[in-house]
Amino acid sequence: MRGKLTRRRFLATTAASTALIAMPYVRGSHAAGRLSIVLWDHWVPGANNTSKMLVEEWAAREKVEVQIDYVNNQGNKLLLTTGAEAQAQSGHDVIALATWLPSDHANQLEPVDDIMEPLIKQNGALNATVEYLGKSQGHWIAVPATIGSQIKGPCSRIDLMKQYAGIDVQAMYPAGAPPKAENWTLEAFLKAAEACHKGGFPFGIGLGTTADSVDTAGAIFHSFGATLVDAKGNITVKSDPVRQALEYYTKLAKFFPPDAPAWDDASNNKWLISGRGALIMNPPSAWAVAKRDAPQVAEQCWTHGMAAGPKGRFAPFIPYFWGIWSFGKNKEAAKSLLVHLSQPAAVEKLVAASGGYDLPSFANLTTFKTWAEEGPPKGTLYHYPNPYNHQILSIAGAPAPPKIAVQIYIQGVMTKMTVRHLQGEPMERTLAWAENEVEGFLRT
Amino acid sequence: MAVGGPSKSHGIAKRRAMADAVIGHVTDAGRARRRRFGLRSAMRRKSMTAFLMTSPLIVLIALLVVYPAVYSVNLATLNRSMEHFVGFGNFLFLFNRETFWMVVRQSCIFALTAVLFKAIFGFVVAHFVHNIPAKGQRKWRGMLLVPWVIPPAMSCLAWLWLFDPSYSAFNWVFEKFGIGPIPWTGDAMWARFSVILVNVWIGAPFFMIMYLAALKSVPEQLFEAAAVDGANFWQRTWYVTLPMMRNIIAITALFSLIVTFANFDIVRILTAGGPIDLTHVFATWAFRVGIEVGDIPLGASVSLFMVPILTVAAILILRDINRRGNEA
Repeated sequence: MRGKLTRRRFLATTAASTALIAMPYVRGSHAAGRLSIVLWDHWVPGANNTSKMLVEEWAAREKVEVQIDYVNNQGNKLLLTTGAEAQAQSGHDVIALATWLPSDHANQLEPVDDIMEPLIKQNGALNATVEYLGKSQGHWIAVPATIGSQIKGPCSRIDLMKQYAGIDVQAMYPAGAPPKAENWTLEAFLKAAEACHKGGFPFGIGLGTTADSVDTAGAIFHSFGATLVDAKGNITVKSDPVRQALEYYTKLAKFFPPDAPAWDDASNNKWLISGRGALIMNPPSAWAVAKRDAPQVAEQCWTHGMAAGPKGRFAPFIPYFWGIWSFGKNKEAAKSLLVHLSQPAAVEKLVAASGGYDLPSFANLTTFKTWAEEGPPKGTLYHYPNPYNHQILSIAGAPAPPKIAVQIYIQGVMTKMTVRHLQGEPMERTLAWAENEVEGFLRT
Repeated sequence: MAVGGPSKSHGIAKRRAMADAVIGHVTDAGRARRRRFGLRSAMRRKSMTAFLMTSPLIVLIALLVVYPAVYSVNLATLNRSMEHFVGFGNFLFLFNRETFWMVVRQSCIFALTAVLFKAIFGFVVAHFVHNIPAKGQRKWRGMLLVPWVIPPAMSCLAWLWLFDPSYSAFNWVFEKFGIGPIPWTGDAMWARFSVILVNVWIGAPFFMIMYLAALKSVPEQLFEAAAVDGANFWQRTWYVTLPMMRNIIAITALFSLIVTFANFDIVRILTAGGPIDLTHVFATWAFRVGIEVGDIPLGASVSLFMVPILTVAAILILRDINRRGNEA
């Protein structure tokens, strides 16, 4: 009885064994491991919810347990977090990197060529500034992030520019149509600045050492072809383009508010929102706050392209990146997530959540309906993402090697040169000072 | 034998007694040694107890102060990418930089001016408070300490709004009297004035409370004797009060000098070192170079440059205090 194998029992055992062997692998809820990421803590209320939703959507699909930490820029928190993790060789897997940080930590970032090439094929080319900042020794070391990336072009008051400078910014940059900005040159910009200054509404451009001031100075210098250090690392301070740029910017700065050398990144926003200025150089954050706090100002704001100089029309572009630490524990999952966040559908959601503030760096992703529809006035952001590529997106300090350029940028050498010259220092002395400063940046 | 017997036995007994005495002595010494080195006796000794009680703090200081200090010395000897040892290379580099010497000069101006004014205001206010009747004195002391107890980051933000380049509350008031607008943080001279003013506002109460304590410890008889001798207020202050407070003044000034030299928050919040770097001090410049620019070894070198300056100041002041202590 005990050893007897019946036919029925044989069939049942065989069936059970077969089923067990053939049973598919059922993954646990977090079978693909864990991933920790740092994202830039967005200032737009609710924008973090969209990024969280996108990450969670990916995590559920890929069975990865994700921890998101949102870190803001207040008190350089993101910079310090990045520095601390780089020093400790420990921390998150993916980290949001502000403009210059990929090159600062190039040796500790995982190359991402394998995901960047398909993304470029899918989403379109990237401008030279993104390549300059996101590549090291020919390899992509970070993925350009939509969250936080911005163009700091002019945001003008429609009424004041019309009244005092005789410029119709809406006609120059019509919503839904290509720009008609042939006459929008740096000379026209200077005349407009003078006229608005006379009218009691000076352009609100700072001359401090924070990003907004430096970005504007950088774009002006590029418009004259002026660089302090060339791509090979040679000092080019004492050159004619630099002299021309400095002379022009000093002339322009005479029409800025007298306390512009003390301005920080909040000063220009306050200047526009309080209704005291006709133009600032900023992404549409000031306009967005004005919508809430000063709607009568907001409905007169129009974000548009930069004026053209002798060497072209340059606009300051400040991209953010997502990098994967080489000491990260789940690099494959990290790459998969970054691909997911760079899909057009995801990018469109991020742009919409930020009210049009965030800019993707890929050429094919600059025509989302958010920019066309945001208002008031409707279409105010249409030209913000540079949809017709009529501006060259640049960063102050380029094309110097990034390790040198970051020092030119952070130390605000160009704005300091302008303030010194503005305060009466002879140009050659200012150039000698700048040359001495830049010499110090060449140390390795 | 009979004669020799008792004598011999006596000698043996004597030797035994001596041996016993020696052994007894050795035993006593052993006991004493055991007593001296035993845990219980060790615990009984005040110095050992004090050491044990302070050891957690010593360990904490070693971890939080000594280790970072040694680490920063190590950092200061590396190149920018922190891959090679460069010895004093970073310091030699700094010595050739115009901006660095400007920061040294500004740090000295900032610290010395601020400490001087803090000492003067503290001294004057301490006298006022000292002369308030004891009943209401506590209230005044509490109120006058408020700037010192508020977290500096908070009070500096309030000052920033008062000095705001475009919307300064001070300028708004001055405008009513036809004065200004004053570029509080936009002009080098005013910006330096502003950061020193805020430092004095925050730090003067510390001087005040220290001087008040010192004033209270000056024997009243000395003032009475001086009054009998016909000394006026200034003579009493010069010949009695100041000599009696000298040590407290010196120690307070030294302590404040160290803290003011290393100040970061006031300058960082009010001017961030601007305009055109004319208010940078060691700490803000070290932060700019080390953290913002990413040159950590150079930042460490800038901050370490404070050490010899403060060491010289500390040696001079403490030597003076010791000398006076010995004279006394």
